[in-house]
Amino acid sequence: MIEVKNLTKHYGPRRAINNLTFQIEKGEVVGFLGPNGAGKSTTMNILSCILPASSGTAIIQGHDTFEHSLEIRKIIGYLPETPPLYPDMSVRDYLLFAAKIRGISNKGCKSAVDRVIEKCSLKDVGHRIIERLSKGYQQRVGLAQAMVHDPDILILDEPTIGLDPIQIIEIRKLIQQLAASHTIILSSHILPEITQICKRVIILNEGEIAAVDTLDGLTASLRKSERLSLTVRNGDSDIEEKLNSFEQVLSVLPGEKNQYIVECELSSNLQDEFARLALENQWGIVEIKPIAMTLEDVFLKLTIEEKDVIA
Amino acid sequence: MRMTWIIAKRDLGSFFNSPIFYVVTTVFLLLYSFIFFNILNFFSFQSFQAGQLQAMGMNLNLNEMVIEPSFHNMSVILLLIIPIITMRSFADEKKMKTFRLLLSSPVHLIEIILGKFLACMIVVTLMVLISAYSIGFLFLLGEPELGPVITGYLGILLMAGCYVSVGICASSLTDNQIVAAVLTFGFSLFMWVIGWGAQAAGPTTGQILQYLSIVEHMERFLRGVVDTSDLVYYLSFILFSLFLCHRVLDSNRWR
Repeated sequence: MIEVKNLTKHYGPRRAINNLTFQIEKGEVVGFLGPNGAGKSTTMNILSCILPASSGTAIIQGHDTFEHSLEIRKIIGYLPETPPLYPDMSVRDYLLFAAKIRGISNKGCKSAVDRVIEKCSLKDVGHRIIERLSKGYQQRVGLAQAMVHDPDILILDEPTIGLDPIQIIEIRKLIQQLAASHTIILSSHILPEITQICKRVIILNEGEIAAVDTLDGLTASLRKSERLSLTVRNGDSDIEEKLNSFEQVLSVLPGEKNQYIVECELSSNLQDEFARLALENQWGIVEIKPIAMTLEDVFLKLTIEEKDVIA
Repeated sequence: MRMTWIIAKRDLGSFFNSPIFYVVTTVFLLLYSFIFFNILNFFSFQSFQAGQLQAMGMNLNLNEMVIEPSFHNMSVILLLIIPIITMRSFADEKKMKTFRLLLSSPVHLIEIILGKFLACMIVVTLMVLISAYSIGFLFLLGEPELGPVITGYLGILLMAGCYVSVGICASSLTDNQIVAAVLTFGFSLFMWVIGWGAQAAGPTTGQILQYLSIVEHMERFLRGVVDTSDLVYYLSFILFSLFLCHRVLDSNRWR
């Protein structure tokens, strides 16, 4: 559905994105993940035909974003980082305008607006002036604007930025509902969001793709080692040494209060050995547990490793 | 065409929903009415004198002595006020980041520009129409000629069109409304006085400068003459400014 090939964009001498190549299938929910300035917004701007690429192509449903941008603009809904709201309009008038400008006929506008007002639960604020709405409502109006023409593809640039936790959960729920019937591209630097909503992640760093994979795939492929956390009651100076004596143990990091983070080779299953050791030496086990790698770790690892390569 | 109208309608809405339209129109009407009153006062004083000295009565003419100077003054007030009307067009859209809504919608750039132009022109036309009450009075009280009044209004609106097109182009250059207004005012005033350079310049250059001047082309309209060369001047001025605006907005995307 979306095919991006060797996409590059320069802003003057600065290169925002470099040689991006990826595909997105119909119905997928894909997350763009990356630190600030990684090129997420630039990529989204190119996909929504606001900016032309310096080189490379982006093809959406058979149309090139540069050659046939008008066709594409009909089938995408775009929510930029700052929602494009006219502060002096009422919510309903604004959505009517958005519907008309997206090419919906005068007759269809009213029902289209009613539909998104219902979907984004904006019924109570329909007649209020956008300027006076809370940030959460404004964000919802922005989302409503993006989907008023029922587009096949939704491009959402950091849809939960600047919201309070309750609002974030609401918006997230809304996006999850939409995911059932739309292809969604979402960008964020908030990792739990991506883990909750997206099935596939494209990690961008300094304008290049650091990784494209499903969440499980990413975590698995990046785990070069396993980590176990061992907590004991009786601290002992030679614990570290004894843990290190196993061949599979790569390193031991003392944590806080008699906790030890043991990094060991993949599938070495050392829990039993540690337990035996603890019993023999009467350390008094409080807990032994594997530490799963969160996306946060993956993200940091990828972006930092990438940096090392560049440096 | 439909998109142009949709965009124009939204812009008109934001003029009428904010104090801008009302404040600008009130200031315009107050200034114009004050000037008109004084011109009319001077005229009636002269006709009173003429009643006493019969020889003077021959030169009294409502069109020449009241309507023409009123139009001249109106064109000066418009020069001051139109930059305020046009400054928001694109500058505000850029500042509020709403321009992306228009850019990501299936609308041609030219439709957006024409929509903005149309909205500002409608506002200016409304202001000028309300001010026509003054000329209406003259028709009630005297017998001015209708022809030059109509062509005068045509000339005023064409000239206003030039200011508006410059204003829209200036607004596309920046996201700062004040910068847009100052650029518009500066350039419009320059095009107004450019004819003054004619005296210092050689005969050919002088003629060119004279032709480029915005006011120069008003004169014949005020006398009731619609000359194609004036029409061509105003229309090409407007089209050229809007074309430049299109180039500016299009090139913004490439930077």
